[in-house]
Amino acid sequence: MRSRQAQVGQAADELAAGKRPRMSGIARKEAIAGYFAISPWLLGFLIFQLAPILAAFYISSTEWRILSAPEFIGVRNFDKLLFKDDLFWQSIKVTVIYVIFRVPVSAVLSLALALLMNQQLAGRRLFRTIYYLPAVIPLVAVSMMWIWIFNPEYGVLNSFIRLFGIEGPQWIHSSRWALPALIIMSLWQVGTGIVIFLAGLQGIPAHLYEAATIDGANTWQRFLKVTLPMLSPVVLFALVMNVIGSFQIFTQAYIMTAGGPGNATLFLVLYIYRNAFEWFHMGYASALAWVLFVVVLVISLIMLRSSEHWVHYEGRIGGA
Amino acid sequence: MRVAAGHPPRTMRNTISLPSNRYQLLNWTTRTLIHLLALAGAAAFLVPFLWMISTSLKPMEKIFQYPPQWMPDPILWRNYIEALTVMPFGLYFRNSIYVTVLSVVGQILSSAVVAYGFARLRFPGRNILFIILLATMMLPWQVTMIPLFILYRSLDWINTYYPLIVPNFLGGSPFFIFLLRQFFLTLPLELDEAAKLDGCGPFRILWQILLPLAVPGLTTVAIFSFLWNWNEFLWPLIVLNDVDKWTIPLGLNGFRDQYGTDWNHLMAASFVASLPVIIIFFIFQGYFIQGIATTGAKG
Repeated sequence: MRSRQAQVGQAADELAAGKRPRMSGIARKEAIAGYFAISPWLLGFLIFQLAPILAAFYISSTEWRILSAPEFIGVRNFDKLLFKDDLFWQSIKVTVIYVIFRVPVSAVLSLALALLMNQQLAGRRLFRTIYYLPAVIPLVAVSMMWIWIFNPEYGVLNSFIRLFGIEGPQWIHSSRWALPALIIMSLWQVGTGIVIFLAGLQGIPAHLYEAATIDGANTWQRFLKVTLPMLSPVVLFALVMNVIGSFQIFTQAYIMTAGGPGNATLFLVLYIYRNAFEWFHMGYASALAWVLFVVVLVISLIMLRSSEHWVHYEGRIGGA
Repeated sequence: MRVAAGHPPRTMRNTISLPSNRYQLLNWTTRTLIHLLALAGAAAFLVPFLWMISTSLKPMEKIFQYPPQWMPDPILWRNYIEALTVMPFGLYFRNSIYVTVLSVVGQILSSAVVAYGFARLRFPGRNILFIILLATMMLPWQVTMIPLFILYRSLDWINTYYPLIVPNFLGGSPFFIFLLRQFFLTLPLELDEAAKLDGCGPFRILWQILLPLAVPGLTTVAIFSFLWNWNEFLWPLIVLNDVDKWTIPLGLNGFRDQYGTDWNHLMAASFVASLPVIIIFFIFQGYFIQGIATTGAKG
């Protein structure tokens, strides 16, 4: 180990020579403190995220019924899920349909409500409270509530539909309507999206609207040429997080429909849960979990990549 | 109306946020229409709550009735007592409080220290590590649940609260770290410099100078942490087996398994399970909004 004096001497030499000094004693102390400060996260990341992801990949190559030792079977789990397991494809289909409908519809709905609340609205705070409240209630309680709302005979939804002389569907008791029912229910919890969009809208500088108005733009043109481009980074962020979250749907299906009727709401995470914790096929469940991981990763990356074409970043403003 | 030529400097942009006279062109009809739309939306959002509360106070025979009756008559307050005593909801409540409070403490402490490291201390690799942290926000955690279950099983932690609490002391959540880092970045660096000259070490600076100033940020973290831990269902479902270890969401699920169509009791129990988050939400609304606005965290 070098003496302190030598270090200082070397640093002085380097400074004199116009080079960037090596890390000084103070900087090194700060770096050590820095590593120490982030160590809880780094440890947590290694133990609870990175290692389990790699372990899941290993487990996916085994047949493991938890009580006996794991048995290496290579790619047979992936072979099974891709070519022999109809339920896997059913779960992919159901999950993808849920994501495809839920994400855009909730984005449009929350943007519409955010625009509404960005107007001169009396009692804006109260409206914001009402719209956001459903998003904070425990999902289990929300599910209980909506089982009863969807009750075909006595539920409030079909009672309402009956006012128009139509008999409503069987909702979560029908293999055709169960998935739409869960999508409708998810729209009740768009509060988070509303708040994100509202914050984004309020960050758009007023002078852009003023300039557009002077140039003769009407409300619709201002929305298309000012609001949407300025909001697009927020939209991208909200869409990506919503897609990731929607792929993880579990609680509603577990409680309200148990994946049914006729596997109509057998979402991927529910299918993983059943394989792992009801049937104890740890290997196969891990293979399914890896499919979830890869699908979410690929779709997120595609969305982020596509953003080059439609997301408008500040500093590259043209016109306006 | 005169518009200043050119754009305001970049730093000023975010400060101009209030729609001052942006919409003064709106006429009376449009404004009425906007209010009607907002009211209709609010009604649609409120109906499920009213339906839950109304059902929770009805006698059984009034529940299966068409057209539905909105105002319960008679009002049966004892539905609540019955719902909360047929199953040990008091115990579930205590369990939930125990798990939630310890988790919140763990998440606040660890997120604050980690956020401080990323915001204020310079060390090689800081940027790449921060990018990794941001990337983990996009990870569907279910991919880790099977190996973690196996890990905890080998530690004999299944059917204990450790798997629900311990990870929260190791880094908490990337959302909270991100939120607090943003918060620390807004505090002037001169505070640290001055304290350093007075001989303060980095962790005393955090503890004595920055944390007291970061109370609003810490409160936001505490509230979201409370909410997420209180509402968590899948992970407790996996690691807790014993009925008397159950948290509130598991208790509610168990209640339905046993008393499936006692809608009044089920709605009463659901309402009580939601009550703590509803109360917290009403008290700390501003923090919720602020937290979402800065991080886009899910509710």
